[in-house]
Amino acid sequence: MTATKSVGRQQPIILKGGHVVDPTQGVNELCDLRIANGVVEQVGPDLGVDGAAVIEVPADLIVCPGFIDMHVHLREPGQEYKERIATGVEAAVAGGFVGVACMPNTNPVNDHRAVTEFILRKAEEANLAHVYPIGAVTLGSKGEQLAEIGELHDAGCVAISDDGYPVADALLMRRALEYASMFEMPVIDHCEDPSLKGEGSAHEGYYSSVLGLRGIPGEAEEVMVERDVTLSGLTDGSVHIAHMSTRGSLRAVRSGKDRGINVTCEVAPHHFTLTDEELSYDTNYKMNPPLRESGDREAMIQGLVDGTIDVIATDHAPHHADDKTVEFEKAPFGIIGLETAVPLVMDRLLHKGLISIGRLVELLATNPARILGLPGGRLAPGSPADITVLAPDVTTEISASKFKSLARNTPFDGWQLRGSVAAVLIGGRIVYTNEDIEAVGVFQQFSPSVSS
Amino acid sequence: MPKTTTIGDQIRPLSRLRSRHLLSVTDLTPEEVVLILDTAEAMREVGTRPIKKVPTLRGKTVVNLFCEPSTRTRTSFEIAEKRLSADTLSITTSTSSVVKGETLADTARNIEAMAPELIVVRHPASGACQLLANICNSRIINAGDGMHEHPTQALLDVLTIREHKTKFTGLKVSIIGDLLHSRVLRSNVLLLKMLGADVWVCGPRTMMPAGIDQFGVSATSSLDAAVEGADVVMMLRIQLERMRGYFFPSLREYFNIFGMSSDRLRRAKPDVIIMHPGPLNRGVEIASDVADGPYSVILEQVSNGVAVRMAILYLLAGSEEEDL
Repeated sequence: MTATKSVGRQQPIILKGGHVVDPTQGVNELCDLRIANGVVEQVGPDLGVDGAAVIEVPADLIVCPGFIDMHVHLREPGQEYKERIATGVEAAVAGGFVGVACMPNTNPVNDHRAVTEFILRKAEEANLAHVYPIGAVTLGSKGEQLAEIGELHDAGCVAISDDGYPVADALLMRRALEYASMFEMPVIDHCEDPSLKGEGSAHEGYYSSVLGLRGIPGEAEEVMVERDVTLSGLTDGSVHIAHMSTRGSLRAVRSGKDRGINVTCEVAPHHFTLTDEELSYDTNYKMNPPLRESGDREAMIQGLVDGTIDVIATDHAPHHADDKTVEFEKAPFGIIGLETAVPLVMDRLLHKGLISIGRLVELLATNPARILGLPGGRLAPGSPADITVLAPDVTTEISASKFKSLARNTPFDGWQLRGSVAAVLIGGRIVYTNEDIEAVGVFQQFSPSVSS
Repeated sequence: MPKTTTIGDQIRPLSRLRSRHLLSVTDLTPEEVVLILDTAEAMREVGTRPIKKVPTLRGKTVVNLFCEPSTRTRTSFEIAEKRLSADTLSITTSTSSVVKGETLADTARNIEAMAPELIVVRHPASGACQLLANICNSRIINAGDGMHEHPTQALLDVLTIREHKTKFTGLKVSIIGDLLHSRVLRSNVLLLKMLGADVWVCGPRTMMPAGIDQFGVSATSSLDAAVEGADVVMMLRIQLERMRGYFFPSLREYFNIFGMSSDRLRRAKPDVIIMHPGPLNRGVEIASDVADGPYSVILEQVSNGVAVRMAILYLLAGSEEEDL
């Protein structure tokens, strides 16, 4: 919805010779990709140059449909000391994302058109990644009265959610699913039974007991996933399970899908990478849902492999160091993820042979676009020329101090991961090139965007 | 038994503790535990003198930062510090800037700026002592952090046990009560396991910590099974101030099922000792005739608390090198 305003008279571009991957088009080979007027014109071998500017893409770079992170917190309006829309989208493109869907738990909550429009205006000013606002299910996300969902949709919201809070009342969830289905918007639910969560701050298990932290049992999530799947069956509304983290939730989603129920789900990179065994009092390991047991982590990987899990989303949750340098139970939940997710996916899933590059593209691009009804996620002729270029064999050293995000709250600082983001194009415009990678010189020479 | 025989003005530690801080009993090796117990036994002699003071910590500053109500532990530390001639200062939550909204990290930085050698910390949040240790150069002693640990309590408990029993190996120690919320439980389980005891824990199913089996203890909700043949019975307080969430129906029923009466104690070994970290809820977890009866060593625990804390203060801060 942004970042494409100056592309109308762009000189056509041909990305020549890269490894193009788009499972929706059955493409997974070295070939060319022609872009004109901000959209994909053609994908195929040996395309004619025909007046286009040529970028000779090295064969070891992978050209994918642009990645979309369907679960981020941009904190603006209201908590600009944690993150701003401008810094969030800068972090997004540096992390390989052409678009982000931002949760409504801002201050004020995105429960009115005016807030949605404010977010979109800020995103347009920033002019980098697309920002897709998610509206609140209920006014103030208080779980009492439906927000004006039709109006939010009209203003540009792509889904509704009270993320951070579950929709605890089952009747309200039923109505939200029914009502949102009129606008073909999914309800994204943060599944967690509030009474079972209590004052918990870590996964309930041996490690929470060792540390003396109040626990959140996996079942607090599972009872609500089961409920949501059941209500989706009742209403035929689309429910999307946010940041799924347990075996039982996976089982519930799988069973729902087997019954033809309209349920989708996402998992965050930390939930397929870390377990509660890593817990200490370091608040960069405190997020909600919490790091689960190894059996849960393995289940998440299994779900990613077998297709039960639709999406990888980061739950990018920026917090200021002041807020995190406190007693563990007092610290806010959440870690940032935009600038670590794609290298984690490559290192932990792709290079371990667990998922194919095609599956990676589905999880990061195709499926989030489909679930949210977005135009991207594929490289078909006519699709927006939103493209993520990967350097799968270049090692990324995570360095929080270099993040574009305002926040530094990550448990992955200092990690060495095999796989890097090389470049990002949005609407045919080169918005990011990774300066640490020699091979992206071809993009840098070309940048900034050419207009004739 | 004491290996430090020359208590007095020239006292020197046999060796220093490996860890800078005492945050958890897992900071200690079994040898260090024995060193602390031996030193504590030597320290106890100071308390029997007409002038109960040695100059060991003269010129050292110890801050007691107590962010949670405490009588026994704070008093015990203060007496221990004074007997070692430390300059001491106690800060409690009501007198600290915490009530003005200062964060724990800032409170710690400010105390640190005044350069105390040691900070003794009691705090309602698990991990608060770790947070201070991350920030401060001072040595931190955990005097109880949330539901995490209370290492000096466990050390005084094992000192008390050692006085009555010949060895820890195979000793059946049953810890009974509110297991879930108890930092005393966690420190004692870890320490007693380290020393080779056969540790049993007993309480309502609603108050069993998750993953209790992985601690290497026998867990039961049968009081009789826990008491059967026990050498040591340690009763934990029902922490009424921590109670939220339907753990048991009433104090009356709690006492009927989990309270220690002299009748139920009969299953234990004839030379069983009864312990309790205090403060007691008489008639809830323990009947008065048991608490005040012949098997009770509850007040010995309190006396040993001073000796153990003297030993720890001394071993952590008593020697000169490395402490600028």
